[in-house]
Amino acid sequence: MGTILEVKGLKTQFFTQDGIVNAVNGISYTVDEGETLGIVGESGCGKSVSVLSVMRLIPQPPGKIVGGQVIFEGRDLLKLSEDEMRQVRGNKISMVFQDPMTSLNPVLTIARQMTEGMELHLGLDHQQARKRAIELLEMVNIPQAKDRIDDYPHQFSGGMRQRVMIAMGLSCNPQVLIADEPTTALDVTIQAQILDLVRDLKQKIGMAIIWITHDLGIVAGLADRVLVMYAGYIIESAPVKEIYGDPRHPYTLGLLGSIPRLDAERKKKLTPIEGLPPDLIDPPPGCPFAPRCRFAIDQCLAENPTLQPVALNHHVACWVDTKRGVA
Amino acid sequence: MIPVLIFISIVTFGLAHGVPGGPFDTEKKRPPEIRANLEKYYGLDKPIYIQYLNYMGNIITKFDFGPSLVQRGRTVNEIFAAHLPVSAQLGILALLVALLIGIPLGIVAALKQNTFWDYLGMGIAVFGVSVPNIVLGPLLIWIFALALGWFPVAGWGKPSQMVLPSIALGLGSSAIIGRLTRASMLQVIREDYIRTARAKGLTERVIMVRHALKNAFIPVATVLGPMFAALTTGTFVVEQIFAIPGMGKYFITSVTNRDYAVVMGTTLLYAVFLVIANLAVDITYAFLDPRIRYT
Ligand SMILES: Nc1ncnc2c1ncn2[C@@H]1O[C@H](COP(=O)(O)OP(=O)(O)OP(=O)(O)O)[C@@H](O)[C@H]1O
Ligand code: SF4
Ligand SMILES: [Mg+2]
Repeated sequence: MGTILEVKGLKTQFFTQDGIVNAVNGISYTVDEGETLGIVGESGCGKSVSVLSVMRLIPQPPGKIVGGQVIFEGRDLLKLSEDEMRQVRGNKISMVFQDPMTSLNPVLTIARQMTEGMELHLGLDHQQARKRAIELLEMVNIPQAKDRIDDYPHQFSGGMRQRVMIAMGLSCNPQVLIADEPTTALDVTIQAQILDLVRDLKQKIGMAIIWITHDLGIVAGLADRVLVMYAGYIIESAPVKEIYGDPRHPYTLGLLGSIPRLDAERKKKLTPIEGLPPDLIDPPPGCPFAPRCRFAIDQCLAENPTLQPVALNHHVACWVDTKRGVA
Repeated sequence: MIPVLIFISIVTFGLAHGVPGGPFDTEKKRPPEIRANLEKYYGLDKPIYIQYLNYMGNIITKFDFGPSLVQRGRTVNEIFAAHLPVSAQLGILALLVALLIGIPLGIVAALKQNTFWDYLGMGIAVFGVSVPNIVLGPLLIWIFALALGWFPVAGWGKPSQMVLPSIALGLGSSAIIGRLTRASMLQVIREDYIRTARAKGLTERVIMVRHALKNAFIPVATVLGPMFAALTTGTFVVEQIFAIPGMGKYFITSVTNRDYAVVMGTTLLYAVFLVIANLAVDITYAFLDPRIRYT
C-alpha cells in the first residue's frame, strides 16, 4: 500500500502574551492508503494542533506553522495558496470534530450544511446534492433521513449529530478522514455505535483515517497503527498490536497501566501518570517526560531523545531500553 | 399586552391629573363661573375615575381621543393625523440609517480586528454615541446645508429635507448597533461551527455571509424593538432643530400646556407602539433562530 499523506518535521507554535507555546515540535509520520492511524496522548499534548496544522486550520494569529512539510498527492500542502488549499479541505481531506453539539451551525438546516460541500467540490446541483445527502444520512443510520434532513441541529441528539458530521466528512469521498476525538463528548453506548459505524464505513469506502483519542481502548479496536504523543512530540509509534503487546516508552507503559476498567468512570479524562505535563512555554532541555519518569537517567535531563527504530515499524524516543529494565 | 396598556393608561392619567395646574390656568385669573363652565364642557368636573372611564370608553369604542383642551375646535385625532406620520417617517428613516451604517461598520471592524479599519470604525462609533443630537444636528446643518449646500437647512416633506434629520437622529443608534454587531461577530467567528465551515473548504465570503452573519445578528435584533420605539418617540430635539412638524415637538408643548387629552393620547399610542415593536422583534428573533421557533 502506498503512502497517501506524509508529515515531515511539522512544527507549530502559538505566540501568546505569556510567551511562545511550542504545541507541536517537529513531528513526522506517514499515513498509508486505507490505513487507520490512531493518535493518543494526554490533554494538551498537541494532538488537535498537529492535525489542524495539516488542514491549515490553526487560528492565526496567535498560531503559526513555523516549519515542516505536509506532502499529499506530491505537493506540500503548507506551500499551497489559500485557494488551492480550499480545494483540498472537505474534499480530499476532511475532518470531524470533537463536540457535535457546537460543531454544527444552529441556524442552518442539516440539508444546507450537508449539501454546500458537495455543491462546491463535486459540482452537484442542489437537487443532486440533496439526494446524495439523504443517501449519506441513511448510510450513517439516521432514521427517516428524507424528513429529518430539513431539521435543524438542535432537533438531533448528540449521537445523531456526530453521525451527521461523519456523513458530511465522507460526502466528497475524501482520501483521508481526520477525526478529532469524535466520540469523547458522547456516552458509552452511543460511542460504541459510532465506532461500529466507522469500522463498517471503512470496510465499504476504504479511506484512510486519522483517529485522535485519549482513550486507548478505542484505539485498540479501531487503529492499525498508533502514534503516542507527549508535549508536542511523537514519543512512540508502532503497529497497534505492538503498542499493547510490547510497549517501550515509559510514558506508553504508564498509559497502558492505566487503561480504565470497564466498570470505572469513563467520562473523566485520563491522568494516568503522576505529575503534570510540562509547560510548553520555555521547556527545559532534555526529555520532556523526565520529571515524571521513573526510568530517568542523567542523560535524560541534558538531551532530548529522538525516535529510533526498536523493531520493524516500531520507533521509540527514549534513552533507556525499558525492556531491559534499567531503573 | 392588554394589562400592560391598561396599567400605562391609568398611570399616565393619574400623573397628568395629579400634577398641579390645569389646562385653563392663565396669567390672568378667569372668573370662577367661566372656569366652571369650561370644566363642565370638557367633563373635568366629574370624579377622576369617571373621567378615566369615559375617556377610555371613547377610545376603545370609537377610536376617539377627544377634543384638545387647549386648541379650540381641534380634536386630538386631528392633531395625530397631522403630526404623527411625520414622526413615524423620521423614526423609520433613522432606524434605516442606524442599520445601514451600524451593521457594515460592526462587520468590518470585527473582520479587521485591531487594524486601522477597526479603530476607525469604533472611533466613529464612540463619536456617534457621545455626541448628542443637540450638537450633531446643528453640526450637520452647518457642514452639509450651509457650507456645502447639499441639503436644505430645515423643513420636512421633500426627500432632500429628510436626509440630515434622519442622520442626526440615527447616528447615535448606528454606533450602538455597530459595537454590538462587532462584539457579536467576534464571538461568532470563534465558534466551532465556523471552524467546521472552514474545514469544508468554503470561501471566507460564504463562511461570513452564510454561517456567521445570521448568528451574529441574533443579539442585535433584540435591541431593535426598544431602539425603534426610542427613535420614533425621542424625536423632540431633532424636530426642534430642523423645524419638523412632528409629534415630539407637539407632545412637549402639550405637557407644559396641561393638554391632558394630547398627553394621554400620545402616551397611549407610544405604548401600543412599543408593544408592537417588541412583538415584531420576537418574530424576527424566531425567524433568525430556529431553536426558538421550535420550542
Ligand atoms: N489558540 C491557542 N492559543 C494558545 N495556545 C493554544 C491554542 N490552541 C492550542 N494551544 C496550546 O497548544 C497545546 C496543544 O493543544 P491541543 O489542542 O493540540 O491539545 P490536544 O492534545 O488536542 O488536547 P485535548 O485532548 O484536550 O484535545 C496546548 O498546550 C494548548 O495550550
Ligand atoms: S528519555 Fe529518560 S526521561 Fe525520557 S522517557 Fe526515556 S527514560 Fe524517561
Ligand atoms: Mg484536542
